[in-house]
Amino acid sequence: MSSCIQPKRKAVSRRRFVTSTALLGISSVFPHLSRAAPASVASSGMLPEAASSFSLNVEEVPVHIGGEKATSVGINGSMPAPTLRWREGDTVEIQVNNRLDEKTSIHWHGIRLPAEMDGVPGLSFSGIRAGESFTYRFPVRQNGTYWYHSHSGGQEQSGLYGAIVIDPAGRPAYEADRDYVVVLSDWTDADPMDIISNLKFNSDYYNFRQRTVGTFVSDARRNGLISSVRDRLMWGRMNMAPTDISDVSGAIYTYLMNGHAPDHGWTGLFRPGEKIRLRFINAASMTLFDVRIPGLTIEVVGADGNDVESVSVDEFRIAPAETYDVLVSPSSSGPYTIFVQSEDRTGYARGTLAMQDGVQGAVPPMDPRPMRSMTDMGMAGMAMPHSGGSMSGKSLPAAASKPEHHASPRAVSMDDMDMSGMDDMDGMDMPPSHTMSGQAHKAGHEKMKPVPHAMKTAPAVPVQAEKMHMPASAAIGSSHSVHLKPGVEVQSIARETSNRLGEAGDGLDGDGRRSLRYTDLRALRPGTDPREPSREIVLHLTGNMERFIWGFDGKKFSEAGPVELTLGERVRFVLINDTMMEHPIHLHGLWSELENGQGEYRPYKHTVIVKPGERLSYLVTADVPGMWAYHCHLLYHMETGMFRTVVVS
Amino acid sequence: MKNRAIFLWTMLSASTCMDHALAAGVTVSSKPKAISYINGIVPVMDQGTYLHAVLEQFEARYSGAGGEFRYDGQAWYGSDYNRLWVKSEGTIGVDGRFRDGDHEILYDRPISRYFDLQSGVRLDIDHGPTRAWGAVGIQGLALYFFDAEATFYFSDRGVAGRLHGSYDILITNRLILQPQAELNFYSAADEARGVGRGLSDVDAGLRLRYEWHRKVAPYIGVTYSNSLYATGQGAASRDSGGHVNFTFGVRSWF
Repeated sequence: MSSCIQPKRKAVSRRRFVTSTALLGISSVFPHLSRAAPASVASSGMLPEAASSFSLNVEEVPVHIGGEKATSVGINGSMPAPTLRWREGDTVEIQVNNRLDEKTSIHWHGIRLPAEMDGVPGLSFSGIRAGESFTYRFPVRQNGTYWYHSHSGGQEQSGLYGAIVIDPAGRPAYEADRDYVVVLSDWTDADPMDIISNLKFNSDYYNFRQRTVGTFVSDARRNGLISSVRDRLMWGRMNMAPTDISDVSGAIYTYLMNGHAPDHGWTGLFRPGEKIRLRFINAASMTLFDVRIPGLTIEVVGADGNDVESVSVDEFRIAPAETYDVLVSPSSSGPYTIFVQSEDRTGYARGTLAMQDGVQGAVPPMDPRPMRSMTDMGMAGMAMPHSGGSMSGKSLPAAASKPEHHASPRAVSMDDMDMSGMDDMDGMDMPPSHTMSGQAHKAGHEKMKPVPHAMKTAPAVPVQAEKMHMPASAAIGSSHSVHLKPGVEVQSIARETSNRLGEAGDGLDGDGRRSLRYTDLRALRPGTDPREPSREIVLHLTGNMERFIWGFDGKKFSEAGPVELTLGERVRFVLINDTMMEHPIHLHGLWSELENGQGEYRPYKHTVIVKPGERLSYLVTADVPGMWAYHCHLLYHMETGMFRTVVVS
Repeated sequence: MKNRAIFLWTMLSASTCMDHALAAGVTVSSKPKAISYINGIVPVMDQGTYLHAVLEQFEARYSGAGGEFRYDGQAWYGSDYNRLWVKSEGTIGVDGRFRDGDHEILYDRPISRYFDLQSGVRLDIDHGPTRAWGAVGIQGLALYFFDAEATFYFSDRGVAGRLHGSYDILITNRLILQPQAELNFYSAADEARGVGRGLSDVDAGLRLRYEWHRKVAPYIGVTYSNSLYATGQGAASRDSGGHVNFTFGVRSWF
């Protein structure tokens, strides 16, 4: 019983898409923010019938999203690729036919399956050569919202992604009258290989919002000349910029919702009084999105495919590869705009919940863009006194991070950081623009706390260490003891990491809105493996923005060996983000049980955002053998080295 | 003959430097544990090679004393750690003579967060007599985003040094004011090339460019060049004193 999703459609243009050599290529990158026509092929967001057998033709699909006609990579004539609906308990069989003239692969993101079905070339299989086919077959043992995408070169950027919806075997935890998938993505006409090449040459290539003489003048007016000069000098001394939010921006991206550009956007129909389930999937290559629906409260009921206790928020952040199921219950006719800003506020995706097609809701102005703070720089003690979650009225999670057993990655002295000049900062005014979250805004002009001298010599302790308790026994050994030093691949080392699970994220909580926090996520059912972890794997997220090399523990993929797990063991991954950007870290094949203070109701995730300067942890049960990919889901961070192989044997 | 010896020596020093850099390398330490990927396929492309070239100066200069054309560019090809680096600069006067021709072929290796070590050869090739030098230097981003190059040259004629620096002042995100200066030092005069002992020449500029495209930015500016040798020792081939020039050109890269 084969159900071919859509009749195969021959791509019109056969422009060779991605060349294997990452050489020059003068791309047609003329930054422009407004885009013309909607995508020629896009999705209705509606769910198809469930099936267990599929035939997917990977092929070029012409689109007209950006300034010019371009060629995307899609499936069965569609970009985004068609939504696949499975049933928990079925064994699905998916034949993938490669009609490109280069290799391809499909990875089933978040799906628990045998390693050889995971779709990562080199780890699971050899990839699917041009003109050849590969049949995936695996039992479906979970339900919820997931997605699939290419794991080959830049194909994911070019459109090879689609939604997966798995119906539960029993009754769904949350019922809804209507059900839509909302696939968010970042489209560009530029060749992904050119993007990497440009970033290697000039990491600010796509940032047209750097600080200038003009912003200096306005900063000086607002905060005083001396503090503005000091602030510039401080960032300059680090060769970093607080305006570094996203490596690739709306200068070349058009942000899509179900393949629709924001000029018209996607439309989901409803009737007042109905409960609508929206399955948000961030299929973007490089963009974190902030989602809100003005006029409606968003009830978050699922994260990364797993049911969570319902949380009501006004807004939530979704990183590449994460999924959130939310419910909304509009009581009036609307229309309601689904407003999805990129984290750096250089553009947005848009949709409308309306009673009929063609009705458009008002588009709100974009929020102020975030600026990186000292907390992001891993110098939490220098930032405003703010503790995560203070706005939410919730107490801090009894989280994750252990009371600094500082397997001494944390014992990094000031000298190591080559930032001894920081002493000058005592008593310095922190301009409000440097703070990020809402709580920090409140603290606006407060004087920064002088750094206690002891902090400079003693092993740093996370700011909120005293508020945490150890989730596990003290006797756990740590497998890692990396002493990081600044170098070619390590631009910065967080001197002070903190638990930021209770923070919504840079640029959120504006305008009195309540944003989702990781600490809000509480699984509906307790975890299935009650064992304490037997050991701990500490990994630093590192990189050099200037050279555009990313990695773990100061090494890119090709310089490091695998992370080895014993089949059946339970371990704790501790991640320390030494960079000043968020990294959504994805572990293939195994769940990442985020230690967010919810105890045995900790949420099961497949992709976890690690905020700048953050230290967090999750538990992993290594219950499926094989070679699994483990990487940052920002495509160009992954491709330039933030990737490890996890071997379970 | 001598030139070849210098070339060989420099190549040798380049490889020594590479070893040194490896030893000093903060992150390149232990060999990755062997793991066999299916059919040898590597899942990411973090060992990609890139080719870039930048023409920082491609400009016409006008002063009371006449005009000239000047270019100054660099290109590199390679991976994150091993690169071939080429630099070239020169000036063509209204008389059609090519002066200050300086061409370098270097091996480049990143050694710290922001700096690369470079070593190779420099060839002075223009209308004057040809010279060859061994070259060792550093290039990178000093603190406060200050672009800096410092190169040491050596040959049978003595030693020489060059300092080059520039800084981008963003007036807006596309309108950029760039002060820039280059200083050349020599341990011995070379009359035939119009080179003096000590600080031999200065070339500085203040350029205002507009990045209407990141990769193509026209500019206007003022430049100042002064061959200090000429003022003192009267080399016939050189003008005396410094010039302030009105300058316009295009900065481009790929």
